[in-house]
Amino acid sequence: MESVINSIGIVSPLDYEFGNGDGGIGLDNGETFGPITVRYETYGTLNAERSNAVLVVHAFSGDAHAAGKHGSTDRSDGWWDSMIGPGKGLDTSKYFVICSNVLGGCRGTTGPSSINPATGREYGMTFPVITIHDMVKVQKRLLDHLEIEKLVTVIGGSMGGMQALDWAVAYPETVRSAVVLAATARLNAQGIAFNAVGRNAIMTDPAWNNGDYYGKTVPARGLATARMVGHITYLSDESMRMKFGRKLRERETYGYDFADVFEIESYLSHQGDKFVERFDANSYIYISKALDYFDLGDRYGGLAEALARATAKFLVISFSSDWLYPTYQSKEIVFALMKSNKDVSFTELSSPYGHDSFLLETERQATIISSFLDTVDGQRR
Amino acid sequence: MDNGGRQHISYDEIVRIVEPGSTVLDLGCGDGELLGRLVGEKQVRGRGVEIEEEMILRCISKGISVFQGNLDEGLKDYGTKSYDYVILSETLQVVRHPVLLIEEMLRVGRRAIVSFPNFGYFFVRLQLLARGRMPVSKSLPYQWYDTPNIHLCTRNDFVVLCRRLNAGIIREIALRHDRRLRLLPRNLAATEVLFVVERW
Repeated sequence: MESVINSIGIVSPLDYEFGNGDGGIGLDNGETFGPITVRYETYGTLNAERSNAVLVVHAFSGDAHAAGKHGSTDRSDGWWDSMIGPGKGLDTSKYFVICSNVLGGCRGTTGPSSINPATGREYGMTFPVITIHDMVKVQKRLLDHLEIEKLVTVIGGSMGGMQALDWAVAYPETVRSAVVLAATARLNAQGIAFNAVGRNAIMTDPAWNNGDYYGKTVPARGLATARMVGHITYLSDESMRMKFGRKLRERETYGYDFADVFEIESYLSHQGDKFVERFDANSYIYISKALDYFDLGDRYGGLAEALARATAKFLVISFSSDWLYPTYQSKEIVFALMKSNKDVSFTELSSPYGHDSFLLETERQATIISSFLDTVDGQRR
Repeated sequence: MDNGGRQHISYDEIVRIVEPGSTVLDLGCGDGELLGRLVGEKQVRGRGVEIEEEMILRCISKGISVFQGNLDEGLKDYGTKSYDYVILSETLQVVRHPVLLIEEMLRVGRRAIVSFPNFGYFFVRLQLLARGRMPVSKSLPYQWYDTPNIHLCTRNDFVVLCRRLNAGIIREIALRHDRRLRLLPRNLAATEVLFVVERW
């Protein structure tokens, strides 16, 4: 019942298109790209001073639909509905919350599955290679369009945390605070390795066909496998042990055959198949590459130098069982911020859920984040 | 960390000592009360280090920058002389490597402020001497079996340690419960002592 009371209710996605006449945005790879459609949703009300906006940035497989439902028959809520709503961690009775699908995505914002107006066909692998910073640039254009000059905070987990960091460094005048959850300032070799496996699974699926599969058979097997690998990295030994252990599925004894015998197997298969229904394989390739290339300090001569540009107040949270973006990576961000005397708080929340903790440990996160945001509005004490 | 609510006495003294506008690192900052006062009364730029999640939350809701960390891991990620003051208030006795930590404080801070319960206090001595029991007092409220205090020392012990570490004592304030102690022998009469030290 509570979720009904605190829910945003029915929300409608919006589209903003730019870059038709003016050539779009300059990408990190040197190209100018446009036009770009940005799919976004907003929750709450922008105040008269336009000063209560919060930008939520999503992770790899997320989208603009962060909270509420799309219709009264919609069974699932937005991906961060537990965090966004009246009285929740991101309180929509106080804040105007914006969430947009990232550039390169496949959930409404322009990506490889979008039609290239120049050819009338899907971009596929002719889509330019994009970066986290390119995603942020597109979000900045959206904010300009919404006439929002200051953000109370930019908040995100995982790839969202990377974008939040990039925001604080690239647009210090816009960002009053940044909340960086389960993130890193640069993807480590382990992370790149898992992304490589995912891309490999897709690209070796014959249906992938060099990215040219639209209107034909999609590389479902490859994408599902990529998702299975990815999904494992979001869990932890402990969470898998608690949830599945060695439990068998629909049988009492092993049977010694090659069926999905164990529950964890069928769970992963299911996750893989479900993913294929809502995600584009080429988007997977492009976004995973964007993650690989992410190194916040790279363009500024070092992480501390990059973060020295920021004027935001930071809250950095890591999770004890997250082995994909381990705590030491969050601490690296924090110590780099401390070097230039930035206002930063850090906590490692103890949680068994691995990297996914940032989506699951809502209650403790909500308390910390809402208290943090309260002090962003207050005077610097 | 639960210090039985005694810390406030030495907080007054610390607030008095710290010059306005200083940079302060408070190790084992608890709920951020001292830092809050230093920010409010002395306009310091402060940061706390604390291990407990609940305390972290209280610091954050006060708007205080706090880092969740374990002092037993040292201060290796903090730059040399990066703070005017590094404070260790009522925490010395619970850390695993007090000498290492004091040395680190002297490296990271221009000055270190250390306060701790004085185990040389006559009532403490008396309990051991007369009753043959581990001392329990207002400053040392724990039974031997549930105390977090693993490195208790006397005021004199600390002075000797400072000499050994080549650390100069700039100031010493002895407290007896809620007031400053002036004439009596400190090691015997102080329930709590506070030192400001710097590397010579």
